[in-house]
Amino acid sequence: MLDWLGTIIQGVLLGGLYALFAAGLSLIFGIMRLVNLAHGDLIVLAAFAILSLATWLGFDPFLATLLAMPAMFAAGFALQHVLLNRALGRDLLPPLLVTFGLSIIIQNGLLEAFTADSRRLRLGAIETASIELGGNLAIGVMPLLTLGSAIAVVLLLNLLFYRTALGRAFRATSDDLEIAQLMGIDHHRIYSIAMGIAMVVATIAALYLGIRANFDPTIGPARLIYAFEAVIIGGLGSLWGTLAGGVIIGLAQTFGAKLNPEWQILAGHIAFLVVVVLRPRGLFPRAVD
Amino acid sequence: MPNGDENQLIELAQYRIETKTRASAILALAGVALVLIFAVLPVFAGRGLIQDLIFVFYMLALAQCWNLLAGYAGLVSVGQQAFVGLGGYLLFALTIGAGIDPIAAVVLSGLIAAVFAVPTALVLFRLRGPYFAIGSWVVAEVYRLVFAQFKQLGGGTGTSLPPSATNEIFGIEWVKEMFEVRSPAARDIITYWIALALAAGAPLLVYLVLRSRYGLALFAIRDSEATAESAGVDSFRAKLGVYVLVAAATGMIGALIYLQKARISPDAAFSVLDWSAYVIFIVIIGGVGTIEGPIVGVIVFYAMQHYLADFGTWYLILLGAVAIVIMLFAPKGIWGYVAQRYRVALFPVRRMLVRPHE
Repeated sequence: MLDWLGTIIQGVLLGGLYALFAAGLSLIFGIMRLVNLAHGDLIVLAAFAILSLATWLGFDPFLATLLAMPAMFAAGFALQHVLLNRALGRDLLPPLLVTFGLSIIIQNGLLEAFTADSRRLRLGAIETASIELGGNLAIGVMPLLTLGSAIAVVLLLNLLFYRTALGRAFRATSDDLEIAQLMGIDHHRIYSIAMGIAMVVATIAALYLGIRANFDPTIGPARLIYAFEAVIIGGLGSLWGTLAGGVIIGLAQTFGAKLNPEWQILAGHIAFLVVVVLRPRGLFPRAVD
Repeated sequence: MPNGDENQLIELAQYRIETKTRASAILALAGVALVLIFAVLPVFAGRGLIQDLIFVFYMLALAQCWNLLAGYAGLVSVGQQAFVGLGGYLLFALTIGAGIDPIAAVVLSGLIAAVFAVPTALVLFRLRGPYFAIGSWVVAEVYRLVFAQFKQLGGGTGTSLPPSATNEIFGIEWVKEMFEVRSPAARDIITYWIALALAAGAPLLVYLVLRSRYGLALFAIRDSEATAESAGVDSFRAKLGVYVLVAAATGMIGALIYLQKARISPDAAFSVLDWSAYVIFIVIIGGVGTIEGPIVGVIVFYAMQHYLADFGTWYLILLGAVAIVIMLFAPKGIWGYVAQRYRVALFPVRRMLVRPHE
């Protein structure tokens, strides 16, 4: 019994990491319907940025993350401004192909710069620290911090979305682009800011990715799939839904792994397919296509 | 004295609907000649060229398939590697497990892939647009992870095709005598002919589908699904038909690819980069939604790979950049640009009104 409780807790905590991967993607997918196939690689890029700041300047990874955030915001803004805004439109193919190309460029650029070696962000004792719950149950401090960060990120993004003028502009462009434009919204600028924010969230995700396990330039696409599964399960435009989607994928993977370690990833994918067959628009869609 | 309406009808009756153009008639002849030349090429060409052409042919066939799916039926998939890998694994299972001749196994693999495509489509067709694209990728991952579970087929590390399975391939003795080559080269020549047949067959298949009633339905769905349905087009059936047909062709191509490679592993057989990204690049560079586009695209792709592949990562970075530039500045691809500029169509699929004596 306690054994299963432990599995559930682990699954929920893993879901926090997936929700962090997915939150930025959910934001841009919700606002501009952009299928960003490079999102996973952008997270890995951020992880290498944190690693570089930590090793070259000797900063603590948390501080390095804080420094990497504005740089990633600028990178996201520029990427959207120069490339992606030109690719967006009614047709699905241009953004898909441009981000596919971008994914290959980032992966191979990172290979060129950092080689294929596995890296890790080091934090010292806190990495393995855990809180005893009694009865053989313990919760890792880092996974708990990851889930806490995911909840905080979703909370902050929701505050931004529903309580600020920028958030109003986000919702307006998401709901009806033409009318938002008529109201004087410069939707290209809105999109660029959204991508910048998404990259800040990706940087936070990168921190926990790099602390949890080894990473190398090629692991982006797998993270992208988990992230997209969480977004689609959650429903278009719903950030709490994305968090729930991440937790569902995390739980499915942990339970799959408990049955047979080789089934971990497979179980997550099956859970995703079951949800979309039953609810093709996800569990909690806010916006319509 | 006929009234006005009848006059119009008589005048209309003088028109015929045609799809032929003069260029297309010439091309049909040139195409047959080209296929014949390629068919006798092994007499003169060395093994290196034959192997390069096998690669060009199967990439072309894959590109035609994806183009039919995405460019015409609007099913933008990034998961066609599911059927490449499935075809490859079926070939291994049929030849090693059941002792079937590899050529028969290639055809069978395609048919079985079509059977797998039906339940796959029933899941994926619940999703639309971007959801469909991501869903198709997830499904391909499911196939990869499931095939990694089969210990008889090498599990996660993969397995090789034993020479005994391929050295008795149909016609090999004849080829060995005719071309005076050893078994491996003879196997390449037979594989080359199958690849040629698939590369020539794929555009023909796409052409015939588009010329049929199904083609008209697909054009209508692509332009507006709601309008097409209100005009009586069963869009689900049309899409399902195309999806299954493409899965069968892709499965056959996958089987052929792994007959030539003679080694298979889940990561390679279900690779999103090799069987989706490159294939999509070929179609986009050449021109999506045209039959000529993939042919142009595969030539560009092969040239880039041939001259630049030694640069490794830089080659891939350049490939990604070319794809982005084409998509942003010439979204219809090289052929789309040429066709618009010079008004040519080598595979005309548009229906045109012509007066009989013009």
